[in-house]
Amino acid sequence: METIRFKLNNKPVTLTTGKDRLLLWVLRTDLALTGTKYGCGVGLCGACTVLADKKAIRSCRTTVGEVDGKAVVTIEGLAKENELHPVQKAFVDHDALQCGYCTPGMILTACSLLHENPHPSSTDIIRELDANLCRCGAHKRILEAVQSASKELKGGF
Amino acid sequence: MKTSPGLETDFMDNLPAPRIDRREFLKLGGGVFILFSVGDFSTFAEAQQSQRGLPTDFNAFLRIGEDGRVSCYTGKIEMGQGVNTSLAQMLADELDVQLDVVDMVMGDTDLCPYDRGTFGSQTTRSFGQALRAAGAEAKRVLVELASEQLKLSVETLGTENGSVFDKSNRNNRVPYARLTQGKRIERHLSQAAIRKMPSEFRVMNKPVNRRDAEDKVTGKARYSADIQLPGMLYARILRPPAHGAKLTGVDLSSARKISDVVVIQEGDFVAVLHQYPDVAEQALSAIQATFSTPLSVVNDTTIFDHLLSVAGPGQVVSKEGDLPTGERASKSVIERTYRDGYKAHAPMEPHTAVANLEGSKMTVWASTQTPFPLKDEIVRGLGFSPENVRIITPYLGGGFGGKSRNLQAVEAARLAKLTGKPVQVAWTRQEEFFYDAFRPAAIVKIRSGITGNGSIAFWDYSVYFAGQRGSQHFYTIPHYSTRSFEAEPGKSAHPFATGPWRAPANNTNTFARESQIDIMAAEAGCDPLEFRLQHLPEGNIKSVLKAAGEKFGWKPAKGPSGRGYGIACGTDAGTFVATIAEVAVDKRTGDVRVQRVVCAQDMGLVINPAGASIQMEGCIMMGLGYALKEDVRFKNGEILNENFDTYEIPRFSWLPKIETVLMDNKGADPQGGGEPAIITMGGAIANAIFDAIGARVFQLPMTPERIKEALAKK
Repeated sequence: METIRFKLNNKPVTLTTGKDRLLLWVLRTDLALTGTKYGCGVGLCGACTVLADKKAIRSCRTTVGEVDGKAVVTIEGLAKENELHPVQKAFVDHDALQCGYCTPGMILTACSLLHENPHPSSTDIIRELDANLCRCGAHKRILEAVQSASKELKGGF
Repeated sequence: MKTSPGLETDFMDNLPAPRIDRREFLKLGGGVFILFSVGDFSTFAEAQQSQRGLPTDFNAFLRIGEDGRVSCYTGKIEMGQGVNTSLAQMLADELDVQLDVVDMVMGDTDLCPYDRGTFGSQTTRSFGQALRAAGAEAKRVLVELASEQLKLSVETLGTENGSVFDKSNRNNRVPYARLTQGKRIERHLSQAAIRKMPSEFRVMNKPVNRRDAEDKVTGKARYSADIQLPGMLYARILRPPAHGAKLTGVDLSSARKISDVVVIQEGDFVAVLHQYPDVAEQALSAIQATFSTPLSVVNDTTIFDHLLSVAGPGQVVSKEGDLPTGERASKSVIERTYRDGYKAHAPMEPHTAVANLEGSKMTVWASTQTPFPLKDEIVRGLGFSPENVRIITPYLGGGFGGKSRNLQAVEAARLAKLTGKPVQVAWTRQEEFFYDAFRPAAIVKIRSGITGNGSIAFWDYSVYFAGQRGSQHFYTIPHYSTRSFEAEPGKSAHPFATGPWRAPANNTNTFARESQIDIMAAEAGCDPLEFRLQHLPEGNIKSVLKAAGEKFGWKPAKGPSGRGYGIACGTDAGTFVATIAEVAVDKRTGDVRVQRVVCAQDMGLVINPAGASIQMEGCIMMGLGYALKEDVRFKNGEILNENFDTYEIPRFSWLPKIETVLMDNKGADPQGGGEPAIITMGGAIANAIFDAIGARVFQLPMTPERIKEALAKK
C-alpha cells in the first residue's frame, strides 16, 4: 500500500492503494469514473485512453503509480460546467459516434493531438487515431469532427 | 483503500424508470395508453403468456402521460444503430409532438412488452410502422377528448406541437397534458390507423442528430460494465484452452490464499471473485488447472473440405426453367467455387453483465440484443419463476448479431445466486474472441452459362453453411436453381458456436453471386455495369445501380480495365443497394488500398437520413474488414486470435473516400438500414481487384497472400 497523489479532472486525489494497480481499474472501481472503458486490456484499441499531463495514455497499460504527481483528465472531466468541450461538441454535431463505446478514447486522443498540434492535417489526424479502434465504422465522421474542432479551437487548446 | 465516492448515487442515477411490479404493468398512472401488436402474433402470444401472465392480444404500447410526455415502451435495444432516435421521430411525427417530449424505454423486461430481440433490421420496418399507427391512433383519441372539452366537432380540430386546436381560431387550443390529466384511457389498436402521408411529415424524413450523443461524449452513458452496485464482486471464470477441452484437474489453494477472494467451484464451473477486477484476475492466474485434449482436429484451412463432407441433401430455395436446356443454349460455361472463412463480431464492448439477487428477485443488467430470450434462459437454467427475473438493457457497445448469445449474463446470474452478492461478469477480449458465435465459414458453388450474344443462359447455385439470406439471384435468367445446404442430421459442422453476423448469409452470397456475374460480363466482353443493367428488369436494383454509376462517374469499359473499379449490388432486409469501389493493388506485396466507395441505397421511406447515412458508412467501413483482413484462425478447437493484433479490424488508415446516396422513395414503406450496405463490400472489392490486376480471388478475406497467389496463377 502506498499513498498516491495526483490531480484528477482538476481536483486533487489521494489514494492509498498498491502503486502497481492499473489506472484503468482504479479509475473505474475505486473512483467510480466509468467513462474510461475496457476494450482489449493490452493497449491495442484505445478505449481506455485518458490524458496525463495533456498527453493521451492507455490506462490499461499504465499503473496508478505512474501518474503520481500528474494531472489526469478522464472523459468526465473534459466539459466545463455543463458546457461541452469543443471536441465533444464537434463529435455531437457531426454524429461522430454510434455505439459510443470507443468515443471517450477517441475524444481524449484527439484532445492530446490538438494540444500538441493545433492545426493537424487529415494525415496527422489519421496517424494519431490509427491505434484507436471503432467497430461501428464512424471513422469518416470522427475525422470530420476533429478537423472541425481544430478550426473551432483556432489553436487555443 | 479509499472508499469509492459516488458509487451508490451513480447507480441510482442510472435507473431508467421507477421499479414497478409486473402486475402493475399497465398501471403506470394516468394518461392515454395505446396497445398494439407487432409481427407474427402467434410467435409472441405464447411467449408472452408463459413469461408474464399478461394479456396476449398486444405486445407493444405507448403512453401519453398526464404531464404530456410521451413514452414508448419497447423490448428493442439501442446498440449504436440509432433507433432510439429514429423510433422517437416516428412517434413524434404521428402524434404531432416535439421530438424532445418522447421518452424511449427500451429492453427492460419488467417495463416493456415481449419482444424477440433486435436483429434482422426489423426495428424500423416492423416495429416502427406499428408504432406510427399507434401514434396516429393516440392522436385520434386526443382529438376526441378535445372535441368533448372544447365542444367542437372533431372535423374542426387540428393538432400541432402537443396541442389540439380549433382550425377556425388557432388560439383556442388545449395541450395534450390537460386532456390526459386525471384520465385513464386504454385503447386497443385493432385496425391499421391512418398514418401520415409523406407531405404531412414534420419530423420523419428529416435529418436529426443522435439523441444519445451528449451522454456518449461526456461518459455519462452507462453500459453494463458501468453498473456498479454496493458490495459488488467482479468475477473471472476459469476457461478451457480450446473448445471441447474438459477440466481434468484443478488446484485452487493459491487462489484461496489471496485475501478477500471468493472462490466458487460447481462441477466444471470455477470462478474467482473480488471487489476489484484486477485482484480477481490475479486470483485466476493463481489457479492451476489441467484439461483434456479436445477431439476437434479441423483448422481454418481444412474446414472447407470438412464442411462439404458433412453437408446434407440440401434444400431448393428457388427454381425455374430447366438447367440442361440452359446449358445447351450456352456458348461458354463457368464453374467456380467461392469460400468465406469465419468472422468475429468483435464489438468494442465485450459481453458484460451484472446480476443482483434481492430476496427472490434476480435483476440482470446485460449487454444483450435479446433481453426476453435471455430472461427465458435464466428462468430455465437457474430455476427462477418468470416474475422473479428482470433483464435491464443499458447501452450496448456494439452488437452486430453477436449479442444475441448471452452466456455471460447467465454466468453472472449463476454467480450472484451462488455468492449471494451482486456480481459483474465482464469478458476479457480473449474471452470475447473465444466465445463469440462466429459468422460461419461457407462455400458457394456456382455453375453458369452465357449465350453467344452475351446473355445469361442458366444459373446453378449451391450455398453450403452460410444460409439462405441473399442466395436468390434477381437477374433475368431463364433457367436457374438455388439450393442451400446445412449439415446432415447428426453430423457436426462447426467446431465452435456460429451465429448471425450483420446481414447473416448475405455477405457470403452477395460476394459469390456478384463475382460470378462479373466473370460472365468479362467473358461476354461487356462492361460490368452495362451487363448487370441488361439482365435486370426495371425496378429498385436497376435504379440504385444507375444512381451509384452516376455518382461515381462510371465510364463503360470491359474488364479488366486496369482502373481498379468494381461493382456489386444486392438486396437485404427489404432494402436495395449498389456499391462501386475503387482500389489500388500493389502487385509486389499484394496489398489492397480501397480508395473510394460509392454506395446507393433504396430503403423506401428514410426516417432519419442522417442516421441512415451513418449506418451506410459504418457498413462500408466494417465491410472492408471481412473483405480484406478478417479471418478467424483456429486449430483443434483452439482460437488463435486472442486480440486485435492478430484479428485486425478496419482502422482510420483504411478509410476510403465514402459517398452515399439515399434514393428518394418516401412513398414506400421504410425498410432495413443497419445491415444492407455491408453485403456488397466483398463483391465490389473482389471485382475491383480483378479490374485492377486481371486476377481474381475466390476466397474471403482477400489477403495479400491470396492476391499474390491469384496473380501467380494468372
